[in-house]
Amino acid sequence: MARAVTTQRKTINTLVAWIIGLLIFFPILWTVLTSFKTEAQAINDPPLFLFFDWTLENYSIVQERSDYMRFLWNSVIIAGGSTVLGIIIAVPAAWSMAFVPSKRTKDILLWMLSTKMLPAVGVLYPIYLLFIQFGLLDTRIGLTVVLMLINLPIIVWMLYTYFKEIPGEILEAARMDGASLREEILYVLTPMAIPGIASTVLLNIILAWNEAFWTLNLTAAQAAPLTAFIASYSSPEGLFYAKLSAASTMAIAPILILGWFSQKQLVRGLTFGAVK
Amino acid sequence: MGQITLKQVSKSFGDVEVIPPLDLKIDDGEFVVFVGPSGCGKSTLLRLIAGLEDISDGHIEIDGKDATDVPPAKRGLAMVFQSYALYPHMSVRKNIAFPLRMAKLDKAEQDRRVKQAADVLNLTDYLERRPGQLSGGQRQRVAIGRAIVREPAAFLFDEPLSNLDAALRVGMRLEISELHKRLDTTMIYVTHDQVEAMTMADKIVVLQAGVIEQVGSPLELYQRPRNTFVAGFIGSPKMNLIEGPEASKHDAATIGIRPEHIELSQTDGPWKGTVGVSEHLGSDTFFHIQCNVSPEPLTVRATGELDLQYGAEVYLTPRPEHLHRFDRNGLRID
Repeated sequence: MARAVTTQRKTINTLVAWIIGLLIFFPILWTVLTSFKTEAQAINDPPLFLFFDWTLENYSIVQERSDYMRFLWNSVIIAGGSTVLGIIIAVPAAWSMAFVPSKRTKDILLWMLSTKMLPAVGVLYPIYLLFIQFGLLDTRIGLTVVLMLINLPIIVWMLYTYFKEIPGEILEAARMDGASLREEILYVLTPMAIPGIASTVLLNIILAWNEAFWTLNLTAAQAAPLTAFIASYSSPEGLFYAKLSAASTMAIAPILILGWFSQKQLVRGLTFGAVK
Repeated sequence: MGQITLKQVSKSFGDVEVIPPLDLKIDDGEFVVFVGPSGCGKSTLLRLIAGLEDISDGHIEIDGKDATDVPPAKRGLAMVFQSYALYPHMSVRKNIAFPLRMAKLDKAEQDRRVKQAADVLNLTDYLERRPGQLSGGQRQRVAIGRAIVREPAAFLFDEPLSNLDAALRVGMRLEISELHKRLDTTMIYVTHDQVEAMTMADKIVVLQAGVIEQVGSPLELYQRPRNTFVAGFIGSPKMNLIEGPEASKHDAATIGIRPEHIELSQTDGPWKGTVGVSEHLGSDTFFHIQCNVSPEPLTVRATGELDLQYGAEVYLTPRPEHLHRFDRNGLRID
């Protein structure tokens, strides 16, 4: 009897999980489907689900109108650059917080995270002025630095959590074995934390890739990444849903593929410490 | 060379003084054991010598040179940790070679020394394995290997055997003693196990609450404990400590008599008692006897063959030449 109840429960749970999963996935699916419709079909009422004339027209228009590769390249540089820069800064920071904590370490961590609670638009003006001052507007280097700073609290926090799991005695052993601080971090801590660092890197690339506020506000043509590429297809008049969907699909495809191949790593990384 | 001198060394964590100022001299080639109950500061003391903790006050000298502010990497000491602290991402070979790599020794010399250490420690067949693929005893040997290759001025052991099972512990104890005889290098060994202390040490340092209670050879500590703490801590089973009128008869506040120094008789003796739990070890039998001289049961060692029923009446005779006397402050009276 108890067994029957559990099976029934299981079925319901599975069903609920599938429904929630599909709900979350639906917008992406709809975007991809819309990208294969004509503009007229895209706004058809009732909406067309699968039975319409599939067309690649939108993709060719998007490809003609703008240089996808340039946006892609900017995205790669900005997302990759900000991640690498962030890791280089965050590893020593997380090391000191995890292994030589002071009374204030927890406060500093919370303070760092609290900066993420500030609405970005609140600091847009000062940052914009700084960018003008230093000639960083519409430059990849400027965006790389800003995105690195935006995500740094998360990188430090994540690495801190991973480092906390590494027994301090191993680092002390390295110290006793004559390793300098640099050698200790490079030869002992980093290789041991590779799984954690990998998932931090992945998550940060995804965050930076999808970041739209700063990339849209601080770029024009030169350094514009894929977010700007998508935005350029929304217009106040005319039909643009299908083309916008095509552009969106092209913009998220690389990160979706990356996410797909690294999902194991990502899940492990995000649930690290929760389940041991 | 490996002479270590502590001068008025103290350590506080915040407002808590874990080690009040103490002096200690460790001679070259000595096997010194720090022993004491958990939380007595013995591991902290070792970490101060290693440089892993900064001392709050005082000086540490290694081979006559002030090492107080020298970082651990430059003190020329090697340490074996309780958890072994092997590098899990490196093979055994690379683990052992790590200190040599840090010292920028050339590859041929590294290989030579790793091979030598592996031979000594029976690790030759495991050099390409990762620490995760080794048993506890093998891991322990890798940790020791990593310590010996760099030919340190002194070895520091922080409860190295407490993660091993009992049989392995006895084996490793012998191996470490053997290693000490062979290398003739200073070793400082921290343990809470007084059997390890007694069997391995040239010199035992008994600690309690950060204070050195007594320093001496194992037999000195056994035969002439300076106070009741050392008397109760050194020796297994523990020394019987008796207070009250029986102690006053000997002009002392407390008297102590070891289980092996009490004669057990079924007919006569000055102390009368009833047999409680008996522990048969084969070679010996330990009887816990409720006695009229002490509220605590007394432990008495007898031959393995002796079998007394629970509740049997017996008489005890302490051997007077082995009676220890302590004053009101717990200090030995001679």
